[in-house]
Amino acid sequence: MSEFNRGRRTVPGADTLGSSWWWDRIAQGVVFLGGISAIVFIVAIFIFVAQQGLGFAIFELDKGVFLTSPEWRPTTEPEPVFGGLALIVGTASVTGLAMLVAVPFSLGAAIFIGEFATGRAREYLKVLVELLAAIPSVVWGFIGLTVVNPLIIDLFNVPVGLTILNAGVILGLMAAPIMTTIAEDALKAVPDSYREAAEALGATRWQVIRQVVLPSAKNGLVAAILLGVGRGFGETMAVLMASGHSVNLPTSPFDSVRALTATIAAELGETARGSEHYKALFSIGILLFLVTFTINLLADVAVRGRRKRR
Amino acid sequence: MRTSTWAVVGLSFLAAACGSNVNGSGRTLIQNKGSDTLVNVAQAWAEAYSTVDPSCAVAVSGGGSGTGISSMINGTVELANASRKMKEREFAAARENGVDPVEHIVGFDALVVYLHHDNPLESITIQQLAEIYGDGGSIERWSQLGVTMPAGTSDEIVRVSRQNNSGTYVYFREAVLGKEGRYKLGSLDMHGSKDVVDLVEKTPGAIGYSGLAYATEHVKLVPVSPGEGQGDVMPTVESAVDGTYPIARPLFMYTAGQPTGKVKEYLDWILSDVGQRIILEKGYAPARHF
Repeated sequence: MSEFNRGRRTVPGADTLGSSWWWDRIAQGVVFLGGISAIVFIVAIFIFVAQQGLGFAIFELDKGVFLTSPEWRPTTEPEPVFGGLALIVGTASVTGLAMLVAVPFSLGAAIFIGEFATGRAREYLKVLVELLAAIPSVVWGFIGLTVVNPLIIDLFNVPVGLTILNAGVILGLMAAPIMTTIAEDALKAVPDSYREAAEALGATRWQVIRQVVLPSAKNGLVAAILLGVGRGFGETMAVLMASGHSVNLPTSPFDSVRALTATIAAELGETARGSEHYKALFSIGILLFLVTFTINLLADVAVRGRRKRR
Repeated sequence: MRTSTWAVVGLSFLAAACGSNVNGSGRTLIQNKGSDTLVNVAQAWAEAYSTVDPSCAVAVSGGGSGTGISSMINGTVELANASRKMKEREFAAARENGVDPVEHIVGFDALVVYLHHDNPLESITIQQLAEIYGDGGSIERWSQLGVTMPAGTSDEIVRVSRQNNSGTYVYFREAVLGKEGRYKLGSLDMHGSKDVVDLVEKTPGAIGYSGLAYATEHVKLVPVSPGEGQGDVMPTVESAVDGTYPIARPLFMYTAGQPTGKVKEYLDWILSDVGQRIILEKGYAPARHF
């Protein structure tokens, strides 16, 4: 009997193979499975994507063309062209504009919720921000298509409203809630003793926030922004609907573009499995995977930096 | 025991792969997938046929001609809808998988050039369409076509196109830009026949192409002329049938091998007077006179 419990501290009476022992074992197993599931899934996804596209991406795809040519013509006869530059620039420009929208909004909201709002107002605001994060992306895309599109045409007198501006604003609003939540956590992690010390020295509220709270929460705020960037990079449906889905090197926010993710979503369903086009789409997937992986890694490093200084 | 289990699994897999399968309740299920252009009429056919032969259920899904054809190649559907012909490469891929697709024309569709309701353009030629949509084409503004857009509307032509593996996209390329023609990049590539019409409806400077069945009263259908001075033809069911409309195309259903059994009965019914009346009601031209 004792060999089953070797090295374990057990409550008195539990060192028999009774039902509680089994429950303990089962719970342990379930928690363990849950714990490693993330690793299993990420490895499985990586293997799948790599198996479908990595060979093509390394040996067959002309990387020079892929990274420098804006010509995405995967179905042109007789010779298809796989130029990804317009798609990369499209994703980057939409994400960039989204961050211009989201960073001031989300940091402002986080500071207000974390430092100014009290009691009821604070709780309501937090719930509302989380509710905003729960709106499905296809609904955002629909808003972009039906509300923002005619609005942009009317306001700016441009030929079409499905543009970087449209997708960027929509994406900014989508990324803001998650950024607000993480940024607010970072502000909350700043010990109150810092604020009290600063106030005791006669600092105004603004001085406390600007010179004490924000600098000590800096890493967490950077992580919030990076996760927002990652969210923007990976968003598909809303960008597909609001950006115009047009292979184009943009010169202004009023140009239509096409995102990497949207290209996969629109084309993968209709390509024959194993064809060049199919593998080229998986190559885009590998690129996206690498970029989001890097962004998340940077965010993680930023958060760790914050903890280490404590 | 083990061997027989595997045999059952293998057999049911085989049944699913090659031909109509009988499900639990004894009804035959026909999988029908493909062209976005055809999906509405395919659904109408399936619905009407459920009263003709209650022992046969037809499951229809869209996704585009490419989806239907790749499902046919992979052997997962009995009937694939397509608004373009299968390419030689696709036939070869199917034969490699042991599928021998057979083509059936089930109707015709006029590919309509859609404009915004307020666009004053009276007609357009195939050459002008090629200059608008084709790589290197010179027409970028409405004024180049000799029309003055209403005040407050941009003169720039907003090209609305389709995703690059849809049957409509491929047909339009062959019919307007030539077999090895290339599209001008920078068009707004919509993911469905209806999306094209919806976007054109909301965008004053837009031009788009889509099936006749998707016409609404909120958009303008522009007559197309095969060439300068050759007369304009309005896209209608009649002009698609008699061949005067220059960009009308056949609509196909592909079967894996010569159709047999329930699939043959269904296809025969589609080509019967009843089936052809349904495609006509949905705004397409029938495959034959009746």
